[in-house]
Amino acid sequence: MTLATRRTALAATALLGLTLGSAAARADDLVVYCGVQEEWCQAMMNAFTKETGIKVAMTRKSAGETYAQVKAEGSNPKGDVWWGGTGDAFLQAAEDGLLAEYKSPKLAELHPWAQRQAADAQYRAVGIYAGGLGFAVNTEILAKKKVKEPTCWADLVKPEFKGEIQIANPNSSGTAYATLATLVQIFGENPAFDYMKKLHGNVSQYTKSGAAPAVAAGRGEASVGIVFMHDAVVQTINGFPVKTVAPCEGTGYEVGSMGIIKGGPNPELAKKFYEFALTPKAQATAEQAKSYQVQANVATPISEHAPRLEKVKLIDYDFKKFGSAAERKRLLSRWDNEIGNLR
Amino acid sequence: MFRSHILWLIIGWIGWAIVPWYGFASTRRPATGDWPPSGLLAGLGDAPWLLPLALFLALPVPFVLARSRHTGLALIVGGLGGLVWMMLEGSAITHKGWAWASLAGLFGRLPEGQPGMGFGAMITALAFLFFFTMGLAARGAMKGDRFTTGAIGFLVASIALFVFWPVSTVFSQAMLPDGDISGATALYNRLTARDIWSLGCITGDTRCGVVWNSVVLGTLCGVITTVLGLAFALVAARTDFPYQRALRLLSVLPIITPPFVIGLAVILLFGRNGTVTLFLAENFGLTATRWIYGLPGILLTQTLAFTPIAFLVLIGVVQGIAPSMEEAAQTLRAGRWQTFRRVTWPLMRPGLANAFLVGFIESLADFGNPLVMGGGYEVLSTKIFYAVVGAQNDPGRAAALGIVLLALCVGAFLVQHRWVGSGSYTTVGGKGFAGTPAELPVWLKRAVYGTAIPWAAFTFLLYGLILYGGFVENWGRNNTFTLRHYVTAFGLDWNQYGLLWTGRAWNSLFTTLEVSAIAAPLTAALGLITAYLLVRQRFAGRATFEFMTMLSFAIPGTVIGVAYILAFNQPPVELTGTAAILVVCFVFRNMPVSIRAGVASMSQLDKNLDECALTLGANSAQTIRRVIVPLLRPAIVAALVYSFVRAITSVSAVIFLVSARHDMATSYIVGRVEIGDFGLAIAYSSVLVVLMGLAIIFIQWAVGERRIARPTPQAPAARAQEVAA
Repeated sequence: MTLATRRTALAATALLGLTLGSAAARADDLVVYCGVQEEWCQAMMNAFTKETGIKVAMTRKSAGETYAQVKAEGSNPKGDVWWGGTGDAFLQAAEDGLLAEYKSPKLAELHPWAQRQAADAQYRAVGIYAGGLGFAVNTEILAKKKVKEPTCWADLVKPEFKGEIQIANPNSSGTAYATLATLVQIFGENPAFDYMKKLHGNVSQYTKSGAAPAVAAGRGEASVGIVFMHDAVVQTINGFPVKTVAPCEGTGYEVGSMGIIKGGPNPELAKKFYEFALTPKAQATAEQAKSYQVQANVATPISEHAPRLEKVKLIDYDFKKFGSAAERKRLLSRWDNEIGNLR
Repeated sequence: MFRSHILWLIIGWIGWAIVPWYGFASTRRPATGDWPPSGLLAGLGDAPWLLPLALFLALPVPFVLARSRHTGLALIVGGLGGLVWMMLEGSAITHKGWAWASLAGLFGRLPEGQPGMGFGAMITALAFLFFFTMGLAARGAMKGDRFTTGAIGFLVASIALFVFWPVSTVFSQAMLPDGDISGATALYNRLTARDIWSLGCITGDTRCGVVWNSVVLGTLCGVITTVLGLAFALVAARTDFPYQRALRLLSVLPIITPPFVIGLAVILLFGRNGTVTLFLAENFGLTATRWIYGLPGILLTQTLAFTPIAFLVLIGVVQGIAPSMEEAAQTLRAGRWQTFRRVTWPLMRPGLANAFLVGFIESLADFGNPLVMGGGYEVLSTKIFYAVVGAQNDPGRAAALGIVLLALCVGAFLVQHRWVGSGSYTTVGGKGFAGTPAELPVWLKRAVYGTAIPWAAFTFLLYGLILYGGFVENWGRNNTFTLRHYVTAFGLDWNQYGLLWTGRAWNSLFTTLEVSAIAAPLTAALGLITAYLLVRQRFAGRATFEFMTMLSFAIPGTVIGVAYILAFNQPPVELTGTAAILVVCFVFRNMPVSIRAGVASMSQLDKNLDECALTLGANSAQTIRRVIVPLLRPAIVAALVYSFVRAITSVSAVIFLVSARHDMATSYIVGRVEIGDFGLAIAYSSVLVVLMGLAIIFIQWAVGERRIARPTPQAPAARAQEVAA
């Protein structure tokens, strides 16, 4: 074949490539940064479009990634709503003035923890779901090794769990930072660090992402993962021998949040989405999408799989203190110096 | 008067007076009529600062038309003036009004600012740039060659805009004051932090600094991938191995694999609960351990991933070594080993050095594999990522780590430069030749087979398993056959409205293919032109220029991603949220590989060839098109394939640049992997692998093979017999 025909072929493919992408959304669609699992993100956006006819352009990213993006875009925001993801990141964004203040008339319908999150963030964010910290325990491996399942934080430092535990690195994961803050609140700061030093001997790996220890426990790469309990439940539903355990000394929790991005392109649509997201109807999408967090609206039915928070001994988690940038930096650098550096 | 002078004058006027000045497709702009205002209309309306541009566009016109002696000077003044004015008005007036309060005092407040520059501005700026370079050429720069000055000007300007500017924006953050600590001290503290440089793992019982981890990993990875790549290249080019095609296909497979997938497969095989581990534990009584996590795992996956790149760099070089030299050596009674050692090997040095450099830098900048396989082994790239997005959230620290990483890459680059030295590596001269490549020494041939074949077999096994993983319920636990994952991702439905793309992956797949298809030819073209300039032209600042081109490659994707958001989120150049930012990012991030491939191949082409063409009256553009490009086909294929594939498989930069409207396949896959939904991730990846495979076949068919020897109808083996007879 001649060069000329080859070039034509090349040009034709380039054109084909261009036309393929013409399905892009229009500029006046609502732009949502979604911080929960992809399935739930999709289900939620579909439900909103069905309800209001407003089209949504959605990106899924972890809370840390979204925070970094919203911050970098701060001078000329491109997103409208940030929906879902660990509350800490929202508190930080609120502190930085990246989120717009908005008081929903539906606030009164929400669980107290969701309202408190809103108050802590000066109404720049609101709680939309909660989940407690716990253990994802691989029962198959423990039965094989004839080790009793752990039920308390104190069990995890026993010698039989050597090399069997995974937890995320608090520098990279909000989940692990919540664990660190929880331990400090249960035991007091110095005993908590002593505990973590002992735990370090049993930890085989500090993973990067917060949910990864649950996946590892499911796959049998570890027998205990310290994670949010709803992440452990997902593994059980997916057919892995994972049992979800709530620690007996009490445990901390996260409040997944939502906020309107200050100066976003479509503030009116953003408010519509915000209101919709607080209804029981919107929150019911979680269970359909295999997400088992407890939803913020009191009227939303709680899934039978969801780890019920009222059965768990929850501590009175001080989000305001442990969510502040200064306290976070202090605890993390102490963790780095005393634990992260150990071999 | 040259035709190109007139052409660019016309283009400049069109760009300013007709084409919409502001905004690309998806950015916001005031809706004023159907046709958004051009520079001229906006200038007459509420943006009077665009009017002076007419002055600079008009200045060269009389000189060009009058064929004046001073045309060159007029072009230089007009071009430079226009560019400077655009820069000034662009940075002084943002989307919110005056950028600096003092200007508002001077000129009064603006009712509203201006949006980001669009196509009109882009075209006009290009015209100004070429005014300037044509002016320089007319004044005698680069022997008056307008193409060369234009190419240098264009590359320098685009690298300054899309590499240097964003990178310096993000690096300036390393100087951010930290609490009460001043900028300079903070920078010093960040650069000398213990977790970067500590040697604790040798002297005590703490961990070693992350730099040492990265250097050890990068060096090992560079050496191993170069050796394996060389083995494959020798098998493919210098032996009569019967399954060459299969071998080449296998060696290319890993680069067309999305990140994480190789890591997943390796974990599912060698992890504590992996198939191989369990098998060994049951049959040989070994205890299942987690040895794979950490250095061994990262090294294994990186070697799998980057060997093909070394192969692509080396195959062009090995093929390009003219057999005539080896024949000469053998005529002079050199043995096979002597020929290889004294002739073939030295001629391969630039290729080897380039392959090592690419392997080293790729390993340092790689993010996906250390993330999945890292265990407790921390490297710079992951540390930077989590300094940006992690709970710590410290951009200053990320910038400092980025500087360290960059310094390492620059160091490697300098060492490579030293080693290659300034010897001559040309083997493709003007004379046609039809020799037979020398046979490899027997033991070397065995060694080459012994390395390449087991590795190929291993790769093959891994891919078989990956493919299989997409078709089972839950790999490792429930191995019943299912199409569930494929249906979820690529479901199609048909109803009264026509075809429905119900699968969840379609959206990101289309964007990915579109962006990559646009980026690949641009990357290859820019890269090869750069390579031509670097190898063939001598100009002031060439070394700096070469260094700048390597910059975006050496910096981890995460940093590039954040840098691009910081630099291109607001006017004058507002690109975030468009597909253009993805294309630009891929082009400038992957360009260095096409440059390396081009430089390696071009060092082999005798300069006489160009000179012949020039003597015969061709200009340098013609020389490139008619002489150099046909001889560079392997490098072109390598550049196209690499840039297409990397645009599809890159993760770390893309994670920040994808927007709701332009999501990419990899960021979707990462989400699946995170929650342990390996089936869907693997199914999607398999589809991508197949698509990229098809694309490679298409590229090879479209570019064609290089023919160095005179065309001979016989197969090489038959020719060898002829020679022997």
